[in-house]
Amino acid sequence: MAYVAVTGGQEAIAASIELLKEYRSEGELALEISVIRDRMSLLVDRIMSEAGLYAPDYAALALKQCEGSPEEAVFLLRAYRSTLPRNYTSRTVFGSDMHVRRRISAAFKDVPGGQILGPTYDYVHRLLDFDLKEEDEAELEAWREQVKQERREELDNTPDGASDGRIPRVLDMLRQEGLLEQVEQDTSEPCDVTMEKLPLPPPRSAVLQTLSRADTGYISGLAYGDIRGFGMAHPTVGELRYGSLEIEVDYPLGEGESWYVGEVCVTEVESLVSAKPGGDGIGIGYGCVFGRNDTKAISMSILDRALVLDTDSPTSDAEFVLLHGDCLEMNGFLSHLKLPHYVTFQSKLDSIRNKKRSAEHGTKS
Amino acid sequence: MERNLNYNFAFLDEGSKREIRRSILHAIAIPGYQVPFGSRELPIGRGWGTGGIQITMSVIGPDDTLKVIDQGSDDSVNAVSIRKLIGTTTGVKTTTDSAEADIIQSRHRIPEEPLRADQVLVLQVPQPEPLRSVDPHEEVTRRLHGDGEYTGIWVNLFERYLQTGSALRGADHPVLTDGRYVMNPSPIPRYDNPKLDHAECLYLFGAGREKKIYAVPPYTKVESLTFDDQPFRREDMSGRKCRLCGAENVYFDEFFDAATGERMFQCSDSGFCKKRREKGGNCHEE
Amino acid sequence: MKNRTPVLEGSHITVRFGDGCPYCREHTELEKGRCPVCRTIWAVRDVSFRLYEGEILGIVGESGSGKSTLLKTLYFDQPATSGDCRIARYHDGQKNIFDTSSQQKRYLRNHLMGMVYQNPILGLRMKISAGANVAEKLIAAGNRNAGSMIGRTEELLQHVEISLDRLRDQPRYFSGGMQQRVQISKATANNPPILFLDEVTTGLDLSVQAKVLDLIRSIQKELGIAMMIVSHDLSVIRMMSDRTMVMLGGRVVEEGLTDQIMEDPMHAYTQTLVNSLL
Repeated sequence: MAYVAVTGGQEAIAASIELLKEYRSEGELALEISVIRDRMSLLVDRIMSEAGLYAPDYAALALKQCEGSPEEAVFLLRAYRSTLPRNYTSRTVFGSDMHVRRRISAAFKDVPGGQILGPTYDYVHRLLDFDLKEEDEAELEAWREQVKQERREELDNTPDGASDGRIPRVLDMLRQEGLLEQVEQDTSEPCDVTMEKLPLPPPRSAVLQTLSRADTGYISGLAYGDIRGFGMAHPTVGELRYGSLEIEVDYPLGEGESWYVGEVCVTEVESLVSAKPGGDGIGIGYGCVFGRNDTKAISMSILDRALVLDTDSPTSDAEFVLLHGDCLEMNGFLSHLKLPHYVTFQSKLDSIRNKKRSAEHGTKS
Repeated sequence: MERNLNYNFAFLDEGSKREIRRSILHAIAIPGYQVPFGSRELPIGRGWGTGGIQITMSVIGPDDTLKVIDQGSDDSVNAVSIRKLIGTTTGVKTTTDSAEADIIQSRHRIPEEPLRADQVLVLQVPQPEPLRSVDPHEEVTRRLHGDGEYTGIWVNLFERYLQTGSALRGADHPVLTDGRYVMNPSPIPRYDNPKLDHAECLYLFGAGREKKIYAVPPYTKVESLTFDDQPFRREDMSGRKCRLCGAENVYFDEFFDAATGERMFQCSDSGFCKKRREKGGNCHEE
Repeated sequence: MKNRTPVLEGSHITVRFGDGCPYCREHTELEKGRCPVCRTIWAVRDVSFRLYEGEILGIVGESGSGKSTLLKTLYFDQPATSGDCRIARYHDGQKNIFDTSSQQKRYLRNHLMGMVYQNPILGLRMKISAGANVAEKLIAAGNRNAGSMIGRTEELLQHVEISLDRLRDQPRYFSGGMQQRVQISKATANNPPILFLDEVTTGLDLSVQAKVLDLIRSIQKELGIAMMIVSHDLSVIRMMSDRTMVMLGGRVVEEGLTDQIMEDPMHAYTQTLVNSLL
């Protein structure tokens, strides 16, 4: 190894990193990764969704490492993922195979399988609960045990195999009736935007993947702009469901056999929207994101539709929508403005001085 | 540098590196053409040189010597940070002397010392598309490149001429590569543009966020775009002298002495400046 | 007619939005060109015409009759579904210009044609100066001399009576009439043999209209450019054109010398048009 003198830049960076450690370790209580994973699960979900990597423990570790900054946590997961070889491709997963924990439809009063509210903040009054300031962990533990017990009894009293949580999709009824826009099943290999630059015009697989990985705030804002007046009319949530999906990969030695490798929790939305001009039936917008994130999944379904409709709304401009919502790309480019630009600025100064000089010269002559 | 053995050599997995090398070969085969590639995420921010880093990571070998500069300086914080990432994941030798390096990764400058045939200069590119100001859509600009239709960029230069009296952009002044593709040379000052023309070394350009790689192979014709009656002009560095090494006719950083308010100059290429001072040849007192 | 060889000749040009169906392939006379069965729109249907050197050919029709679509198709803004179009000065009229590469189409647009749009946003870049807008055509034709381009631009703008102190101003700050005049100088910058004008005076005040039309007349006389003028306003067509085509539902229902059509309209639709003028 060659000798490299320690320089100002190196010292400054080292000092900055030390300060970060100091900020991160502020206070007296240790932050367990399991606490972040279990008690900040919506944040963990969001990080995994934007990172495109389903790894709750690593997402929690990332959050611990970066003082809870979502953009930094996404960054850490993405960079980590770049080091992993990809050995398998999972089999196709169908949203209808979901073990459902929440499922609602705004389109119908009642649906086969029922409306299942599940865990949602929708109907909670957002009042600060001052009791949580001094929550008793032992009491909480006892309460959780009791709830679990009740649920077990409930399960024992239901007939065997009555429900594994799988419920048919709400819109399948309409689909069978022929009321929805006909969509051809596409069995071609999907595009993977993490392996190639987004092709233009983008295939739908690339659109959906990009939206699913997009920054939550970005696509929520765009979707809001779309339905508020710049794009299509008000959509109806045909079905929103949240639950777990089993992931399997082909067993390399056995023809047709597969390995179960784990499960992922996702939120899936089918929105009912206007049909294509000249088209028959009701159109569908599709959204599916890692974790529990209703708003992001709904936003995704709206933007999916906006891109299919190709109106003159900004949300129908595929390049505008798809190229500016990646958490890493947008935050990376915005933060690069902090890098030194003095060489280019020097060149700019030269141009301005030159212009000034020729202006002065011009007035004299 | 000491190599961190928790990660693969040069961070990325071998499959990714191979894929990026194929894109680089594609780029070399068509000078100035922007080759789209599956840009990988790195531990350094998008927009902070990730295109250049991925190129360097993909071509570097354990016996190579690396130099990293930002604004010409080896000591700029971003250069230090990139050198550290590549250094710790490869364990390669690093240097500040351009002549000693096999690979030089740079942002915003081309070193003063002419590079040789056995050297590669990797430039970091924020905006690879010279036609972006003509149309914000990639689909449109790709078609324009395909047709060799560069009217829009000339109109912008003409507008600049009409409004300011000069058609020259500050930095990142566009060039025509091998008579075919108009290309952004990355935000190097115009001072460095002529160094691209018929150079001995290989220039590789990486844009990580925009997911493009392009190249200027050795001995390629590279012309800065100018109107016939408006000659290309580099930034005027005449009458300036480096306060450290006394060099003239190089690109300078400009300083103001806080106490006296006096304007001073210093070589932008810090490695070049250091070398001159160490040789002591033209050394002036500080 | 000064010369019987057409500078531009279109044959059986069709522009269709939708795939069509047995019904609309069979029935050519569709209300507004729209098929009631499959909703396909036949914007331009089997249109043939000849444009001779130095003449003005007027196309009149209601909105949705296909007249603007025809012009946009000839200028390559809109691809033709089928048909054939030839320009005398392009391969001696031996090549169908619809079947050429995008580079060739750009060449044709920059050297042999000019277009003035109803909406100046389509013809001008609003955020660069009027001068650079006009110079764009010169650049597109290969001029790389800034000084000569400024000279030519000034000449062109003066010709349309735009004061030279507006050279560096952006057209978005110009009045509607001025924007049309900048479009005209841009469209004629390379002395093309053919100029298309799409509803160029629609939406302008009457006095401004008259001025723009006068200007077009004088440029036509001076340069001998063959022009196709589209307007829904028969009085504009009457004032400007030597010959006139009447379009309805994507088809040409009548054509002939303008005076003849004005005096003795044959088709019922033309008769209503002419009567409404009185």
